[in-house]
Amino acid sequence: MLSKKNKEAFFNPLSKDNPVLVQILGICSALAVTASLEPAIVMGISVIAVLAFSNVIISFLRKTVPTNIRIIVQLVVVAALVIIVQQILIAYNYDVSKKLSVFIGLIITNCILMGRLEAFAMHNSPWPSFLDGIGNGLGYTIVLLIVAFFRELLGSGTLFGFHVIPQWCYNHGYMDNGLMILPPMALITVGCIIWVHRSRNKELQEN
Amino acid sequence: MEELNLFIKSIFIDNMIFAYFLGMCSFLAVSKNVKTAFGLGIAVTFMLVVTLPINYMLNKYVLQEGALQWLSPSLAGVDLSFLALILFIAVIASATQLVEMAVEKFSPSLYASLGIFLPLIAVNCAILGASLFMQQRDFGSAGTAMIYGAGSGIGWLLAIVGIAAIREKLAYSDIPKPLRGVGIAFIITGLMGIAFMSFLGIKLG
Repeated sequence: MLSKKNKEAFFNPLSKDNPVLVQILGICSALAVTASLEPAIVMGISVIAVLAFSNVIISFLRKTVPTNIRIIVQLVVVAALVIIVQQILIAYNYDVSKKLSVFIGLIITNCILMGRLEAFAMHNSPWPSFLDGIGNGLGYTIVLLIVAFFRELLGSGTLFGFHVIPQWCYNHGYMDNGLMILPPMALITVGCIIWVHRSRNKELQEN
Repeated sequence: MEELNLFIKSIFIDNMIFAYFLGMCSFLAVSKNVKTAFGLGIAVTFMLVVTLPINYMLNKYVLQEGALQWLSPSLAGVDLSFLALILFIAVIASATQLVEMAVEKFSPSLYASLGIFLPLIAVNCAILGASLFMQQRDFGSAGTAMIYGAGSGIGWLLAIVGIAAIREKLAYSDIPKPLRGVGIAFIITGLMGIAFMSFLGIKLG
Protein backbone atom coordinates (compact mmCIF):
# COMPACT_ATOMS: atom_id res chain seq x y z
CA MET A 1 0.00 0.00 0.00
CA LEU A 2 2.71 2.45 1.00
CA SER A 3 5.86 0.93 -0.40
CA LYS A 4 9.03 2.98 -0.77
CA LYS A 5 8.20 3.90 -4.34
CA ASN A 6 4.72 5.07 -3.43
CA LYS A 7 6.09 7.17 -0.60
CA GLU A 8 8.48 8.80 -3.03
CA ALA A 9 5.66 9.50 -5.47
CA PHE A 10 3.84 11.25 -2.65
CA PHE A 11 6.60 13.09 -0.77
CA ASN A 12 9.07 14.09 -3.50
CA PRO A 13 6.78 16.71 -5.07
CA LEU A 14 6.40 18.48 -1.73
CA SER A 15 9.89 19.96 -1.83
CA LYS A 16 12.70 18.19 -3.71
CA ASP A 17 10.70 17.79 -6.90
CA ASN A 18 8.17 20.57 -6.35
CA PRO A 19 6.05 21.11 -9.48
CA VAL A 20 6.26 24.92 -9.31
CA LEU A 21 9.73 25.56 -7.92
CA VAL A 22 11.68 22.76 -9.60
CA GLN A 23 9.69 21.43 -12.55
CA ILE A 24 8.49 24.99 -13.40
CA LEU A 25 4.99 23.78 -14.20
CA GLY A 26 1.69 25.54 -13.62
CA ILE A 27 3.13 28.99 -13.11
CA CYS A 28 0.29 30.85 -14.80
CA SER A 29 -2.39 30.10 -12.29
CA ALA A 30 0.06 29.97 -9.39
CA LEU A 31 0.67 33.67 -9.84
CA ALA A 32 -2.68 35.02 -10.87
CA VAL A 33 -4.76 33.82 -7.92
CA THR A 34 -2.34 34.62 -5.11
CA ALA A 35 -3.29 38.22 -4.26
CA SER A 36 -5.03 36.85 -1.15
CA LEU A 37 -5.25 33.53 0.70
CA GLU A 38 -8.86 32.52 0.14
CA PRO A 39 -8.84 32.15 -3.66
CA ALA A 40 -5.39 30.55 -3.39
CA ILE A 41 -6.74 27.81 -1.12
CA VAL A 42 -9.78 27.17 -3.31
CA MET A 43 -7.56 27.01 -6.38
CA GLY A 44 -5.18 24.61 -4.61
CA ILE A 45 -7.98 22.26 -3.61
CA SER A 46 -9.47 22.33 -7.11
CA VAL A 47 -6.11 21.46 -8.66
CA ILE A 48 -5.51 18.63 -6.16
CA ALA A 49 -8.92 17.14 -6.97
CA VAL A 50 -8.59 17.42 -10.75
CA LEU A 51 -5.00 16.19 -10.73
CA ALA A 52 -5.64 13.15 -8.53
CA PHE A 53 -8.71 11.98 -10.42
CA SER A 54 -7.37 12.64 -13.91
CA ASN A 55 -4.20 10.76 -12.96
CA VAL A 56 -6.31 7.75 -11.86
CA ILE A 57 -8.53 7.81 -14.95
CA ILE A 58 -5.63 8.14 -17.38
CA SER A 59 -3.77 5.43 -15.52
CA PHE A 60 -6.73 3.06 -15.99
CA LEU A 61 -6.87 3.96 -19.68
CA ARG A 62 -3.13 3.87 -20.28
CA LYS A 63 -3.08 0.50 -22.06
CA THR A 64 -6.10 1.09 -24.24
CA VAL A 65 -5.36 4.58 -25.60
CA PRO A 66 -3.31 4.64 -28.84
CA THR A 67 -0.28 6.89 -28.38
CA ASN A 68 -0.99 9.30 -31.22
CA ILE A 69 -4.35 10.44 -29.90
CA ARG A 70 -3.38 10.42 -26.23
CA ILE A 71 -3.15 14.22 -25.90
CA ILE A 72 -6.73 14.65 -27.03
CA VAL A 73 -7.92 11.91 -24.68
CA GLN A 74 -6.08 13.54 -21.80
CA LEU A 75 -7.52 16.95 -22.62
CA VAL A 76 -11.06 15.59 -22.74
CA VAL A 77 -10.70 13.78 -19.40
CA VAL A 78 -9.23 16.88 -17.77
CA ALA A 79 -11.78 19.23 -19.33
CA ALA A 80 -14.66 17.08 -18.08
CA LEU A 81 -13.26 17.07 -14.53
CA VAL A 82 -12.64 20.82 -14.62
CA ILE A 83 -16.21 21.48 -15.74
CA ILE A 84 -17.46 19.45 -12.76
CA VAL A 85 -15.26 21.46 -10.37
CA GLN A 86 -16.38 24.72 -11.97
CA GLN A 87 -20.08 23.89 -11.64
CA ILE A 88 -19.62 22.83 -7.99
CA LEU A 89 -17.83 26.10 -7.23
CA ILE A 90 -20.51 28.18 -8.92
CA ALA A 91 -23.15 26.33 -6.92
CA TYR A 92 -21.55 26.45 -3.47
CA ASN A 93 -19.05 29.31 -3.40
CA TYR A 94 -20.16 31.88 -5.92
CA ASP A 95 -18.05 34.79 -4.62
CA VAL A 96 -14.77 32.95 -4.88
CA SER A 97 -15.67 31.49 -8.27
CA LYS A 98 -16.25 35.08 -9.46
CA LYS A 99 -12.85 36.10 -8.08
CA LEU A 100 -11.08 33.19 -9.78
CA SER A 101 -12.93 34.02 -13.02
CA VAL A 102 -11.26 32.33 -15.98
CA PHE A 103 -8.53 30.71 -13.93
CA ILE A 104 -10.61 27.69 -12.94
CA GLY A 105 -11.15 27.02 -16.64
CA LEU A 106 -7.46 27.45 -17.19
CA ILE A 107 -6.74 24.44 -14.95
CA ILE A 108 -7.21 22.51 -18.21
CA THR A 109 -4.13 24.11 -19.67
CA ASN A 110 -2.25 24.02 -16.38
CA CYS A 111 0.98 22.36 -17.38
CA ILE A 112 1.13 20.42 -14.11
CA LEU A 113 -1.73 18.29 -15.36
CA MET A 114 -0.31 17.47 -18.77
CA GLY A 115 3.15 17.10 -17.29
CA ARG A 116 2.10 14.59 -14.63
CA LEU A 117 -0.23 12.70 -16.95
CA GLU A 118 2.51 12.30 -19.54
CA ALA A 119 5.36 11.64 -17.13
CA PHE A 120 3.67 9.52 -14.49
CA ALA A 121 0.14 8.30 -15.09
CA MET A 122 0.93 6.88 -18.56
CA HIS A 123 3.45 4.46 -17.04
CA ASN A 124 2.11 3.62 -13.60
CA SER A 125 -0.83 1.80 -12.06
CA PRO A 126 -3.77 3.73 -10.57
CA TRP A 127 -2.81 3.76 -6.86
CA PRO A 128 0.68 5.27 -7.24
CA SER A 129 -0.77 7.68 -9.82
CA PHE A 130 -3.37 8.79 -7.30
CA LEU A 131 -0.63 9.42 -4.70
CA ASP A 132 1.47 11.25 -7.29
CA GLY A 133 -1.52 13.44 -8.14
CA ILE A 134 -2.22 14.28 -4.49
CA GLY A 135 1.49 14.91 -3.83
CA ASN A 136 1.97 17.23 -6.78
CA GLY A 137 -1.27 19.02 -6.02
CA LEU A 138 -0.12 19.57 -2.45
CA GLY A 139 3.30 20.79 -3.57
CA TYR A 140 1.55 23.28 -5.83
CA THR A 141 -0.83 24.36 -3.06
CA ILE A 142 2.04 24.92 -0.61
CA VAL A 143 3.77 27.32 -2.98
CA LEU A 144 0.48 29.07 -3.68
CA LEU A 145 -0.12 29.54 0.03
CA ILE A 146 3.37 30.89 0.73
CA VAL A 147 3.09 33.44 -2.08
CA ALA A 148 -0.46 34.41 -1.09
CA PHE A 149 0.57 34.73 2.58
CA PHE A 150 3.26 37.28 1.84
CA ARG A 151 1.23 39.17 -0.74
CA GLU A 152 -1.86 39.45 1.41
CA LEU A 153 0.07 40.26 4.60
CA LEU A 154 2.30 42.92 3.08
CA GLY A 155 -0.17 44.15 0.50
CA SER A 156 -3.33 44.65 2.50
CA GLY A 157 -2.34 43.81 6.08
CA THR A 158 -4.85 40.99 6.33
CA LEU A 159 -4.86 37.18 6.40
CA PHE A 160 -8.02 35.41 5.14
CA GLY A 161 -9.61 38.86 5.21
CA PHE A 162 -8.91 39.50 8.94
CA HIS A 163 -6.72 42.40 9.96
CA VAL A 164 -3.57 41.06 11.61
CA ILE A 165 -1.34 44.11 11.63
CA PRO A 166 -2.22 46.01 14.82
CA GLN A 167 -3.53 49.54 14.65
CA TRP A 168 -0.56 51.09 16.53
CA CYS A 169 1.73 50.13 13.64
CA TYR A 170 -0.40 52.25 11.34
CA ASN A 171 -0.42 55.03 13.93
CA HIS A 172 3.36 55.06 13.85
CA GLY A 173 3.41 55.46 10.11
CA TYR A 174 3.36 51.87 8.79
CA MET A 175 1.65 51.62 5.42
CA ASP A 176 0.39 48.68 3.39
CA ASN A 177 2.47 48.19 0.29
CA GLY A 178 -0.06 48.39 -2.53
CA LEU A 179 2.55 47.19 -5.00
CA MET A 180 2.37 43.67 -3.51
CA ILE A 181 -1.20 43.28 -4.77
CA LEU A 182 -0.20 44.09 -8.34
CA PRO A 183 0.71 41.22 -10.69
CA PRO A 184 4.49 41.84 -11.12
CA MET A 185 5.21 41.34 -7.41
CA ALA A 186 3.88 37.78 -7.62
CA LEU A 187 6.69 36.98 -10.05
CA ILE A 188 9.30 38.57 -7.83
CA THR A 189 7.96 36.73 -4.76
CA VAL A 190 8.20 33.40 -6.57
CA GLY A 191 11.71 34.36 -7.73
CA CYS A 192 12.73 34.92 -4.11
CA ILE A 193 11.14 31.63 -2.98
CA ILE A 194 13.12 29.81 -5.69
CA TRP A 195 16.24 31.59 -4.45
CA VAL A 196 15.71 30.41 -0.84
CA HIS A 197 14.70 26.91 -1.94
CA ARG A 198 17.77 26.46 -4.14
CA SER A 199 20.21 27.80 -1.60
CA ARG A 200 18.93 25.10 0.77
CA ASN A 201 18.97 22.35 -1.90
CA LYS A 202 22.35 22.79 -3.55
CA GLU A 203 21.86 19.93 -6.02
CA LEU A 204 19.16 21.93 -7.83
CA GLN A 205 21.37 24.89 -8.71
CA GLU A 206 22.12 25.60 -12.36
CA ASN A 207 25.51 26.64 -13.66
CA MET B 1 -11.17 53.99 -33.34
CA GLU B 2 -12.73 51.64 -30.81
CA GLU B 3 -10.85 48.78 -32.46
CA LEU B 4 -7.52 50.59 -32.43
CA ASN B 5 -8.02 51.32 -28.76
CA LEU B 6 -8.69 47.65 -28.04
CA PHE B 7 -5.66 46.64 -30.08
CA ILE B 8 -3.24 48.94 -28.24
CA LYS B 9 -4.81 48.06 -24.92
CA SER B 10 -4.44 44.32 -25.43
CA ILE B 11 -0.79 44.71 -26.45
CA PHE B 12 0.44 46.93 -23.64
CA ILE B 13 -1.99 47.23 -20.77
CA ASP B 14 -3.76 43.88 -20.67
CA ASN B 15 -0.57 42.13 -21.69
CA MET B 16 -1.08 38.37 -21.48
CA ILE B 17 2.16 37.82 -19.60
CA PHE B 18 2.55 40.83 -17.38
CA ALA B 19 -1.06 41.36 -16.40
CA TYR B 20 -2.48 37.82 -16.42
CA PHE B 21 0.57 35.50 -16.37
CA LEU B 22 -0.86 33.45 -19.21
CA GLY B 23 1.52 31.27 -21.18
CA MET B 24 4.24 31.48 -18.56
CA CYS B 25 5.43 27.89 -18.92
CA SER B 26 6.58 28.13 -22.50
CA PHE B 27 7.54 31.75 -21.86
CA LEU B 28 10.15 30.64 -19.35
CA ALA B 29 11.24 27.49 -21.14
CA VAL B 30 11.72 28.80 -24.69
CA SER B 31 13.14 32.23 -23.91
CA LYS B 32 16.80 31.26 -24.01
CA ASN B 33 17.54 32.72 -27.43
CA VAL B 34 15.86 35.42 -29.46
CA LYS B 35 15.37 33.51 -32.70
CA THR B 36 13.41 30.60 -31.22
CA ALA B 37 11.48 32.96 -29.01
CA PHE B 38 10.45 35.00 -32.04
CA GLY B 39 9.32 31.85 -33.88
CA LEU B 40 7.19 30.72 -30.97
CA GLY B 41 5.76 34.22 -30.58
CA ILE B 42 4.68 34.24 -34.23
CA ALA B 43 3.11 30.78 -33.87
CA VAL B 44 1.17 31.86 -30.78
CA THR B 45 -0.02 35.07 -32.46
CA PHE B 46 -1.18 33.11 -35.48
CA MET B 47 -3.03 30.64 -33.28
CA LEU B 48 -4.80 33.46 -31.45
CA VAL B 49 -5.84 35.15 -34.69
CA VAL B 50 -7.23 31.88 -36.05
CA THR B 51 -8.94 30.47 -32.98
CA LEU B 52 -10.55 33.57 -31.48
CA PRO B 53 -13.02 34.30 -34.33
CA ILE B 54 -13.94 30.60 -34.52
CA ASN B 55 -14.56 30.43 -30.81
CA TYR B 56 -16.49 33.69 -30.98
CA MET B 57 -18.83 32.22 -33.57
CA LEU B 58 -19.22 29.03 -31.54
CA ASN B 59 -20.00 31.04 -28.45
CA LYS B 60 -22.50 33.27 -30.21
CA TYR B 61 -24.35 30.70 -32.28
CA VAL B 62 -24.08 27.52 -30.22
CA LEU B 63 -23.20 28.08 -26.59
CA GLN B 64 -24.86 31.22 -25.23
CA GLU B 65 -28.28 31.14 -23.67
CA GLY B 66 -30.79 31.26 -26.51
CA ALA B 67 -28.03 31.01 -29.10
CA LEU B 68 -29.59 28.01 -30.79
CA GLN B 69 -32.67 30.01 -31.73
CA TRP B 70 -31.60 30.11 -35.38
CA LEU B 71 -32.11 26.32 -35.56
CA SER B 72 -35.66 26.34 -34.30
CA PRO B 73 -37.59 28.65 -31.94
CA SER B 74 -38.16 25.78 -29.52
CA LEU B 75 -34.47 25.82 -28.62
CA ALA B 76 -34.57 29.40 -27.33
CA GLY B 77 -34.27 28.34 -23.70
CA VAL B 78 -31.22 26.10 -24.16
CA ASP B 79 -28.05 27.27 -22.40
CA LEU B 80 -24.97 25.26 -23.30
CA SER B 81 -22.37 27.64 -21.91
CA PHE B 82 -21.02 25.02 -19.49
CA LEU B 83 -19.69 23.17 -22.54
CA ALA B 84 -17.51 26.15 -23.50
CA LEU B 85 -14.29 24.71 -22.09
CA ILE B 86 -14.48 21.44 -24.02
CA LEU B 87 -15.46 23.07 -27.33
CA PHE B 88 -12.82 25.79 -27.08
CA ILE B 89 -10.05 23.36 -26.26
CA ALA B 90 -11.10 21.12 -29.15
CA VAL B 91 -10.90 24.03 -31.61
CA ILE B 92 -7.51 25.02 -30.23
CA ALA B 93 -6.12 21.49 -30.35
CA SER B 94 -7.13 21.01 -33.96
CA ALA B 95 -5.80 24.44 -34.99
CA THR B 96 -2.50 23.53 -33.36
CA GLN B 97 -2.31 20.39 -35.43
CA LEU B 98 -2.80 22.57 -38.52
CA VAL B 99 -0.10 25.07 -37.55
CA GLU B 100 2.25 22.21 -36.76
CA MET B 101 1.85 20.77 -40.25
CA ALA B 102 2.30 24.20 -41.85
CA VAL B 103 5.46 24.97 -39.91
CA GLU B 104 6.91 21.56 -40.65
CA LYS B 105 6.35 22.09 -44.37
CA PHE B 106 7.47 25.71 -44.73
CA SER B 107 10.18 26.11 -42.12
CA PRO B 108 11.78 22.82 -41.07
CA SER B 109 14.52 24.61 -39.12
CA LEU B 110 12.01 26.47 -36.95
CA TYR B 111 10.13 23.19 -36.57
CA ALA B 112 13.24 21.51 -35.24
CA SER B 113 14.12 24.30 -32.84
CA LEU B 114 10.62 24.59 -31.35
CA GLY B 115 10.56 20.85 -30.76
CA ILE B 116 8.08 19.73 -28.14
CA PHE B 117 6.75 23.26 -27.59
CA LEU B 118 4.92 23.37 -30.88
CA PRO B 119 2.34 20.71 -29.96
CA LEU B 120 2.30 22.18 -26.47
CA ILE B 121 0.85 25.42 -27.88
CA ALA B 122 -2.43 23.53 -27.55
CA VAL B 123 -2.07 23.76 -23.79
CA ASN B 124 -0.60 27.26 -23.82
CA CYS B 125 -2.84 29.06 -21.37
CA ALA B 126 -2.57 32.32 -23.33
CA ILE B 127 -4.71 30.88 -26.11
CA LEU B 128 -7.45 29.28 -24.05
CA GLY B 129 -7.27 32.28 -21.74
CA ALA B 130 -7.91 34.71 -24.58
CA SER B 131 -10.96 32.68 -25.63
CA LEU B 132 -12.32 32.73 -22.09
CA PHE B 133 -11.73 36.47 -21.72
CA MET B 134 -13.43 36.96 -25.07
CA GLN B 135 -16.44 35.04 -23.76
CA GLN B 136 -16.54 37.23 -20.64
CA ARG B 137 -16.21 40.53 -22.44
CA ASP B 138 -18.95 40.11 -25.01
CA PHE B 139 -17.30 41.62 -28.07
CA GLY B 140 -19.54 43.06 -30.75
CA SER B 141 -18.38 41.02 -33.74
CA ALA B 142 -15.99 38.29 -34.82
CA GLY B 143 -13.74 40.99 -36.31
CA THR B 144 -13.31 42.65 -32.91
CA ALA B 145 -12.50 39.28 -31.40
CA MET B 146 -9.85 38.77 -34.08
CA ILE B 147 -8.31 42.19 -33.33
CA TYR B 148 -8.24 41.29 -29.65
CA GLY B 149 -6.49 38.03 -30.57
CA ALA B 150 -3.93 39.81 -32.74
CA GLY B 151 -3.22 42.36 -30.00
CA SER B 152 -2.81 39.73 -27.29
CA GLY B 153 -0.55 37.68 -29.53
CA ILE B 154 1.68 40.62 -30.39
CA GLY B 155 1.87 41.56 -26.71
CA TRP B 156 2.98 38.01 -25.91
CA LEU B 157 5.50 38.12 -28.77
CA LEU B 158 6.97 41.42 -27.51
CA ALA B 159 7.30 40.05 -24.01
CA ILE B 160 9.00 36.79 -24.98
CA VAL B 161 11.42 38.46 -27.41
CA GLY B 162 12.26 41.06 -24.76
CA ILE B 163 13.04 38.53 -22.08
CA ALA B 164 14.99 36.33 -24.50
CA ALA B 165 17.21 39.28 -25.39
CA ILE B 166 17.82 40.05 -21.72
CA ARG B 167 18.56 36.40 -20.91
CA GLU B 168 21.12 36.22 -23.71
CA LYS B 169 22.99 39.07 -22.04
CA LEU B 170 22.55 37.56 -18.59
CA ALA B 171 24.89 34.73 -19.55
CA TYR B 172 27.78 37.16 -19.00
CA SER B 173 26.73 38.48 -15.61
CA ASP B 174 27.64 37.22 -12.18
CA ILE B 175 24.42 36.08 -10.54
CA PRO B 176 24.28 34.39 -7.10
CA LYS B 177 24.33 30.64 -7.71
CA PRO B 178 20.92 29.66 -6.32
CA LEU B 179 19.28 32.40 -8.39
CA ARG B 180 20.75 31.33 -11.74
CA GLY B 181 18.39 30.12 -14.45
CA VAL B 182 14.71 30.26 -13.55
CA GLY B 183 15.00 32.34 -10.42
CA ILE B 184 16.47 35.37 -12.13
CA ALA B 185 14.11 34.93 -15.08
CA PHE B 186 11.16 35.30 -12.70
CA ILE B 187 12.55 38.43 -11.11
CA ILE B 188 13.33 40.00 -14.48
CA THR B 189 9.83 39.22 -15.74
CA GLY B 190 8.51 40.94 -12.64
CA LEU B 191 10.62 44.02 -13.29
CA MET B 192 9.51 44.09 -16.92
CA GLY B 193 5.94 43.87 -15.68
CA ILE B 194 6.48 46.92 -13.50
CA ALA B 195 7.85 48.75 -16.54
CA PHE B 196 4.78 47.76 -18.57
CA MET B 197 2.56 49.13 -15.81
CA SER B 198 3.59 52.59 -16.92
CA PHE B 199 1.27 52.11 -19.91
CA LEU B 200 -1.75 51.98 -17.60
CA GLY B 201 -4.38 54.56 -18.41
CA ILE B 202 -3.40 55.16 -22.02
CA LYS B 203 -6.48 55.83 -24.08
CA LEU B 204 -6.58 56.70 -27.75
CA GLY B 205 -9.18 58.83 -29.44
